[in-house]
Formats: sequence, structure tokens, C-alpha cells
Amino acid sequence: MTRTKNSEPVTDVDVASGRSGGGTVARSLAQRFSIVIALVVVVAVFGSLRPDTFLTTSTLQGILGSQAVLVVLTCALLIPLTAGDYDLSVAGVLMTSQMLVGVLNAQHGMNIWLVIVLCLLAGVVIGLLNGGFVLLFGVDPFIVTLGTGTILSGAVLWLGDSTTISGISTGLTDWVIVNRFLGVPLAFWYGLLITAGLWYFLEYTAAGRRLLFVGRGRAVSRLSGLRVTRIRWAALVASATLASLAGILYAGTTGAADPVSGEAFLLPTFAAAFLGSTAILPGKFNSWGSFIAVYFLVAGTTGLTMLGAQSYVSDLFYGGALVVAVCASRYSRRKEVRESGSL
Amino acid sequence: MSVPAHAGGASRVGAPPVVEARGVSKSFAGVRVLDSVDLDVLPGEIHGLLGENGSGKSTFIKVLAGFHEPDPGSGLRINGEDVPLPLAPGAFRDYGMSFVHQDLGLITSLSVLENLRLGTFSRARDWAIGWRRQRADARTLFEEFSVDLDPTARVADLDGTQRALLAIVRAVHEMRTLRGGARTGPGMLILDEPTVFLPETGRRQLFSLMREIAGGGSAVLFVSHDLDEVREITDRATIFRDGRLRATVQTSSVTDTELVELIIGRELPEHGGEREDVAPTAADATVVVDDLSDERVESVSFALGDGEVLGMTGLLGSGFERIPYLLFGAFPAATGTLRTGDGTLSLPAMDPVKAIAHRMALIPADRQSNGSVGSISVRDNAMLQVIDRYTTWRGLSRPQLARDCQETLDRFDVRPPIPGIAYQSLSGGNQQKVLLAKWLAADPRVLLLHEPTQGVDIGARAQIYEVVHDAARSGCAVLCASSDYEQLAAICDRVLIFDRGRVARELRGADITKDRIAHECYTLADRAVPAGPVGPTEGEGDG
Repeated sequence: MTRTKNSEPVTDVDVASGRSGGGTVARSLAQRFSIVIALVVVVAVFGSLRPDTFLTTSTLQGILGSQAVLVVLTCALLIPLTAGDYDLSVAGVLMTSQMLVGVLNAQHGMNIWLVIVLCLLAGVVIGLLNGGFVLLFGVDPFIVTLGTGTILSGAVLWLGDSTTISGISTGLTDWVIVNRFLGVPLAFWYGLLITAGLWYFLEYTAAGRRLLFVGRGRAVSRLSGLRVTRIRWAALVASATLASLAGILYAGTTGAADPVSGEAFLLPTFAAAFLGSTAILPGKFNSWGSFIAVYFLVAGTTGLTMLGAQSYVSDLFYGGALVVAVCASRYSRRKEVRESGSL
Repeated sequence: MSVPAHAGGASRVGAPPVVEARGVSKSFAGVRVLDSVDLDVLPGEIHGLLGENGSGKSTFIKVLAGFHEPDPGSGLRINGEDVPLPLAPGAFRDYGMSFVHQDLGLITSLSVLENLRLGTFSRARDWAIGWRRQRADARTLFEEFSVDLDPTARVADLDGTQRALLAIVRAVHEMRTLRGGARTGPGMLILDEPTVFLPETGRRQLFSLMREIAGGGSAVLFVSHDLDEVREITDRATIFRDGRLRATVQTSSVTDTELVELIIGRELPEHGGEREDVAPTAADATVVVDDLSDERVESVSFALGDGEVLGMTGLLGSGFERIPYLLFGAFPAATGTLRTGDGTLSLPAMDPVKAIAHRMALIPADRQSNGSVGSISVRDNAMLQVIDRYTTWRGLSRPQLARDCQETLDRFDVRPPIPGIAYQSLSGGNQQKVLLAKWLAADPRVLLLHEPTQGVDIGARAQIYEVVHDAARSGCAVLCASSDYEQLAAICDRVLIFDRGRVARELRGADITKDRIAHECYTLADRAVPAGPVGPTEGEGDG
């Protein structure tokens, strides 16, 4: 397998994309860290406009701690997204697990650690059901999870009798939001840990690579001997399990279980996942990108609220971010294809 | 100048040709792919169009369809009337032309009637559809052409023959109803290999429909690879080679040999190198395939030895191209077994996971959608099959992976040898080298290739041949399904030639030349003895 003698120099390859000239390098660096820059800008602008309220330690600590739920839920969503499947049931799973904590712990007084185990098991079961519908019946996961997510939110209203259940064990709240490390609630560190873990999984394990291949090319994966069905199924189970964990954190953050507020997590989760895919590793769903996107989005909405905007501003902001993010990632991928000169 | 059996014949004296092409040329980026073509198609004539892939015949058809803009100086007359070039896309309808492509363009989930009216709906002025009248009209139309179709049936429930008949009747119907009001004169139906996947009885029905249409005065332009069909159905035939029209002949007055020579041109037989005649017997072969069948392949058996490169070829539709996929479990087989060193496997139960476990590797023709993922890096694509070797207790050893990948890219001379760039940014030849590298990294015992040098430049082609030879020399059994005769001649020890889903010929040793392979493909004598209907035809167009 040595080079053959008559190998003419092959020149029809475009090396330009990202490799020639300082301009492109700078541009690609700027793209990778665009979201970090955006976060800094948002903090600087609101910090200078409302230095006394926005830039305080308590605001900062509040944001970092309370948004850990969104961080974990976004990590959950990233797994099926990488495998090429939508999971619209993540918010429903979060609500279910939160309500289970409320009912079993606050109402029936079950030991909180046992409750946590049961919640995670419930997540596994929901994930198995989602995967079963998608893969055994060959239905679009978008539709299946839209259905199961709605069933779950209905079940939560039923289970919780449409009322908020308070009185969740302080054992949980202590370990989520009350206790602090370096002045920041533990919830933040959990989110950080899970983000790092997901990064490690996607970037540093063979299974993570396989997940990406399954998401990008089903036929290629099948012909390369990957067990595509099994991998997609596992991704949906992992997603539901992590979403359950997010629900437990949510119960711990609020100290109560309410049957409706969890629904509001769905859109921000998608916004953070897609916005995150435009940065750090542009064009690829990645957990650090999404982690920063979560805090960028919350800094933006918090700042606007402090400037006196109404509460609807967060809907405008998250919705807008989702649309912009999706368009931006499409655009950058098209550009990449065009510049690489193939297709 | 004896004219075949149908009524119209090419002998309508006085009427101008339906289509007169004068000096039609087409260049892409300065390369002439179609060079001053002069072609007349007469009313009432069935006119064959022959030529290898890349001979220019499809470019010519695409000029007529308005898909390609011909070079300046090209001229076209239709029914004696000058036509301004280029034709706008779709304008062919105004001139009474109608196309049926190989994929037929039917929507299978809709009814026969809905498909029949697809083209006319878009132009209908009235907003309501009188379904009852439409059904009656459709029945009249089918009766006119003696075609037995139920307008209310779903196309999905029709077999391949019925679908082809429907597509052709629709084309004739559109030819009549959609042409510009002022223009008169016969129309022209262009059939682009509609018979490839049809059984013998289907062909007969299609041919009688074509004769009906020609009998009504229209011209039929029939594109085919199959000499027997062309001889049977056409009055005259035109042969393209290397972008030029080589000849227009009276079909009844040429021999097969003359036709083949016109199609492939005269070339010096290339020396096959020192070939050992290594046809393995079933006893010592690495791989023995027995009684392999699916919807287009019928009871194929062969043996493949260590270090042997076995070629498979045939005309489009002969089924050879399915063999690598069937052996690998990419398509389900209906029957068949595969015997390797470690046991006998049932092919209907085969899947890629099992195939890989038995150290088989498949290099599919469609690199972009079946071979590798374009948006993922060259490194990850190249190392996918062996990625588990790089897992340590701390996860993937990325530096080791990068080093080995770099070494592989250098060894296969991939340019540019940059592991981090996206696979799709490589040229076709380099993509193919990465794909070979990916599979050879797993040290396969059986290498299955399909069109391994399609879309690959000449320099890379030689390198790919070298890679295949090296794999064979190191003991790998290689199967190469290809329609590139030159390539088969360059790399194969034996070549099996397929016809209608069966192995019809075997070439060995000195017989393996480009000319000989082409000749055998085009002139298989077994045709005279049709082996009954070949396989079911319910399947969709493509697997």
C-alpha cells in the first residue's frame, strides 16, 4: 500500500475552509466563542445600566443556582438530538418526577433517597416507552414525544390534584439549593458536573462517537455495523432519566411541587440546545455551548426584567433566540458546504 | 430496408421529421460532452438510442427536455418548424414531446386516475374536478391503447409492468392535451430505459403499446442498453460514443457485432498482465455462495478464493450490482447461504453486524449517503470501525487516534492529509481512499466493492487499483461489482457476467479485456431462450 508511481498531485481539494490565512482563523475563533462574547456583552450592558441590582452577588448566586435545572434538562435533550431524534417529552418527564417527589415525600412521607431512586426509575420506564413507540412502530419521535409529553403533563395534574404540594424534605432542599460551595448553591455544581460528564461522553468515548454517527447518517451507521435501533433507544432512555434528575433538582430548588410551572421549561431547553450548537464546537450539539447558552439567555431575561420589562419578555427572548440560533446554525453549515466545494 | 411489423412504419413519404437536430453541441466547463449531433426522428418511427454511460445520449435528451442549454450554433426543428434554443424547461410539452424516465415519476400512494391527471391538474382552469367524467375518460383512454388498468386502483398495488404502462399512457395523453394550441403535427414520446426492471411478459406488453403509439403517427425515441430489445422493437437506431453521433442505422440490416463495435469503439485489447488462472474450487474457496436470490437475482452461486479479485458485471438491471449488498445483509435476500471458513450463514438472516463479525467489508457506490458521513471529520470516519481499540480507562486516547489516523492518511495518500477537516470537503477520489482505509483498518477477509472508482479522477483511480491489489495479495478475497469494463479488466482475475438476474458467462485469464467484457454484456446469446418470468415485480423502483 505504498504510493503508486503515477500519483499526480491532486489539486482539486479546497483546503481553504478554516486553514488558510489569519482572517479565517480569527473568524472561526470568533464563531467558537461567540456565545461567550455575547454573555460578557449582556452582563456588561445590564451591569452598567443597573449596577446596583444586576451586578450583585445575590443576583449572581440566584441565577447560577436556579438555572441548574435548565442546564441538566438541556443536557438530557442533547443526547437524543445528537442521535438525530427530537424528544419533546423532557419537560413532561421533569414535571412527573417533580410531582412524584411531592406526592411520595411530602404527602406520604417516604424517605427522600428512596423517592429519588423511584423517580429515576420512572424516567427509565418513560424512556423505554418512548423508544418503544418510536422504534418498534417506526413513528417519528417528534410526534411520539409530543404525545407522551402531553400525557405526562395531564397525569401530573391528575396526580397532584391540580394543587401545589409543599413541605418537601429539607434533606433535599439542603443538598440542592441551601448548601453552598464557594458561595454558590450546590445545584450549580451538579449542573456543571453533568455538563462536563456529557462533554466527556460525547467527545472522549467510542459510544459518543457512535451516537454522533447514528444522528448524522443512519444508512452509513447501519452499514458500518452500528446497532442503530439500540443506540437510538438508549438515547431516549438516557434523556428521560436525566430529565427526571432535573425534575428532582427542580423540586429541591423550589421546595415544592406544582403541577404547571414545569411546562415552561420546554422552549428554553430547545433554545439553549440549538444556541449552544452554534458555539464552542459550531455545527455540533455540545454541552459546554449549551451550558453557556443557558446563562446567556437567563442573563438577558433577568436584565430586561430589571429594566422594567414585563414578564412576557422572557417568552420573546427565548423564542427569538431559538429561531435565530436555528437559522444561524443552518447558515453556517450551508456556508461550510459551499466553501468546501462539494455537493 | 425491410421495415418491421408495425403499421405506421418509417415510410411516410413527404412528412417532415418530427424532430430534426442540427449540430447540437453541449460543453461543460469547456469540455465538449456532445459534439455536433445531427439526428432526425421520423413520424411513426420507433427510434433506438444506444451508447455507453457518458456517451452523450442522456445529455442530448436533457437538451430536448430543456434541462441543458445547448452551445450556440445548435439548431432544432420540430415538424419542419424552427424552434428557438434553448428550450425553456417544460416547453417540450408545447412542442408535443413527452418523457418517461426510468423512475416513471408516479406517486404510489395515489390512484391510477390521480396519477394520470397529475400533469393536467396544474393547468386546469376549472376549480372543481368532475371525478365521474374523469374516470370515464380514463377508461376510454386505456381501451384505446388496449391497456388493462383500473382508474380507481392505487398505484402502490400495481406491479412493475402496470406502472410502466400507466406512465407511458400518461405521457401520450399529456403529449396530446398539453401541447400549445397552434402547433400541429405528430408528437414524440421519449422513453428512457423503461424496461430495465420488467419481466419478459411486461416487455411484450410495453412493446405492443409502443407499436400502437407509433402506429398512430407519433415518433418514439427509445433509450436502451439492451441490443435485443433495440433490434426487436426499433426501425432505426442511433449510436452515440464519446459525445458524438457515430451512426444511424436501419436496425434490421446490422449485426450485433457491428452494433457493439459502434457502441464501444474499436480499441486495442489491453494486456491483462500476468494473471494466474486461480478459479477456486468450492473445496478450497474462502467464500462459497449458494443459491442466492432476491427480487432481481435468481439462484446465483459462485466461489471466491483467498487473494482472488472476482468481478461482476452486466447491463443495467441484470442484478449484478445487488450481490455485494445481499452478501453483506444490507438488503434482505430471499434465499441463499454463504459458507466461509467458520461456518455456513443463512443470507436471508444476514445483517451488517453479522457480516462485520465475519470480517466482511462493504464499500458502497454511494459514498456520500452510504459510505461515510460528510459533515463528520475525516478522522472519525476513517477510524469508525476500529475506534474501540483506542478506548482506555480514561476514555478515548485521542492523541493515539490522531497519530494513527495521520499515518493512515499518509499511507493511502489522501490529500490533503488533514484528519480534522470534514469528509465532504475531500474530492471524490480522496473520499474513496478514506472509505477504503476505514474498512481495511478492520483487516477484512472479504472485501465487497461496488463501483469503486465512480466519480474518481484518473490519478486516484490507479491508486485505488493498487490498494485493491494489495488487499488481495495479503490474502483478502475481493468481489468487485462494476459497470466500468476498463476497471474490471484492470483488477479482476475472473469476471462473472450477469443477465436477467443470473450468472450467464464467466471470463478468465486472457479473456478479461475491456472489449471482451463489453461484447459479452451486449450479446448474451441465452436471450433466445427466455427463462420464463424473472422474479416478482411488486418491489419499488430501488432497494
